Amino acid sequence: MSLRVEQTLGLAQLQDHGRFGVRHLGVTQGGALDWISAGLANHLLGNSADCPVLEIPLGGLTLRCEQDTTLALTGADLQATLDDQLLAPWCSFAVKAGQRLVFNTPLYGVRAYLAAPDGFRAPQVLGSCATVVRDRLGGLQGNGAALQAGDQLDAAARRPKPVSLPEPLRPDLRRPVQLELVPGAQIARFSGVSLFQAFNQVWRVDARADRMGVRLQGPVLHYQGEALVSEGIALGAVQVPPDGQPIILLNDRQTIGGYPRLGALSPVAVARLAQCGVGEPVRLRISSHSQARERYLHWLELIDGRNDHYPPVHRG
Amino acid sequence: MNPQVETASLDSLIIRLFERIDEHNMPWLLAAAQRLRDSFGALLVDLVPSYTTLLLHYDVRALDEWQARELIEQALTDLQPLEHLSGQRHELPVWYHPSVGPDLEPLARHSGLNPNELIQRHCSRDYSVFALGFAPGFAYLGLVEPQLMAPRLATPRRRVAAGSVGIAERQTAIYPLESPGGWNLLGRTPVALFDPKYQGYSLLQPGDRVRFVAISHGEFLRLGGDDSPLEERP
Repeated sequence: MSLRVEQTLGLAQLQDHGRFGVRHLGVTQGGALDWISAGLANHLLGNSADCPVLEIPLGGLTLRCEQDTTLALTGADLQATLDDQLLAPWCSFAVKAGQRLVFNTPLYGVRAYLAAPDGFRAPQVLGSCATVVRDRLGGLQGNGAALQAGDQLDAAARRPKPVSLPEPLRPDLRRPVQLELVPGAQIARFSGVSLFQAFNQVWRVDARADRMGVRLQGPVLHYQGEALVSEGIALGAVQVPPDGQPIILLNDRQTIGGYPRLGALSPVAVARLAQCGVGEPVRLRISSHSQARERYLHWLELIDGRNDHYPPVHRG
Repeated sequence: MNPQVETASLDSLIIRLFERIDEHNMPWLLAAAQRLRDSFGALLVDLVPSYTTLLLHYDVRALDEWQARELIEQALTDLQPLEHLSGQRHELPVWYHPSVGPDLEPLARHSGLNPNELIQRHCSRDYSVFALGFAPGFAYLGLVEPQLMAPRLATPRRRVAAGSVGIAERQTAIYPLESPGGWNLLGRTPVALFDPKYQGYSLLQPGDRVRFVAISHGEFLRLGGDDSPLEERP
């Protein structure tokens, strides 16, 4: 099966799990920011969770289907249409050759994920096809380029039966956002007032947000410890530069850095933050290792599970 | 040696061996890295050495934090520094010239040297690879002698050419890819620092040593260097 890119804003990219085992070389992790939605898109087609998918931020993408196939759509509701018929996310759906798939503007969420049978084909570069523009790694050509008009996306000929993800299993992207944070060692070196504010006041997502990190706006946090020597940075790290406004580091972060940190968001919270638009209110909530781990394992299990008992999709 | 283990995230721990940057940290950090790789095996996702620490990302599906801490403690019991640094020594040719190293002359003045003396000093010692970061294959090297120390540019350049060699504080580095950058640029190397086709992908690895060797413009071109001057785009 294949799809042709007719129009793009230049933001849609191929992503998978990301690159591992090479971070000591300065190579960033990459991978789908909302790994839960990406994993569920694969799940709906019976793919393995790390199959390459399209990450589509904010819409502005038109694809033409060149062969009959089944695709799956999850994540943000970008008011996608198939030949002008609205498509609901969290379903897989049949498409026919010649049909047009258009991603418009977000109704809720930021990033939609589109999966194809056995994943979109792309070369593996350092063990992954994750697109990292800055590192010139991954994507369709392996050189880090985002999708461009004219690109052809290929996948397997298999046509799985369209199914719908049962409502209770869908991540709710409309609920008020609480991001669970696993506290790090340096948290004790922030002032007491700062810690109280960090976890009791509302933060807003700043316009400076991309695949490297998301800034939050809110109370100014004061770090009282010594300056730090640069060290490895984990996914979701909440670092506080001298201006006191936290930056949450995401998949395309630099591999080492020297700002003090409150701790790190759990992987589940990272996925949720990736769906927060500019100005959206979020709260930080302290979580224990065991609680955060339990929720993480819950999603992994769901994504890896079988889907053959799901209701079929009815179109009217 | 009594390493401190700190929570970094749900699936990562920081192992802190030292407080300050020092070349003598490397044999300890590399020894610890080796032991941790052996003891975690397939449960190790990533291990990122830096100047004083290692960030260990473990498979949290298989281990909880306490099990991971226990494995670290066992692995690092009676840690001894590597006697022979396993790393390689590289001689990297550099064409030092104001057209590709616009900070060569200002930095020489700042250090009270003439440009030739500055070049000679920059080439006069082996630098350790402390860590890789910022970009694939970007190695933080040090330490440069105190006289050559210079703060980062107040406003980073929007575009620094691949192969550019620079100094910031007491460290020196080469930009593997064209990128923005705030280091003081002295010259350019024709050698590719990172290539997915290389064995190990990055020419420089943590624990390696680097010596810069000044070459002429002709030699730079012969080695395949791109001598297009650095243009400042407003």
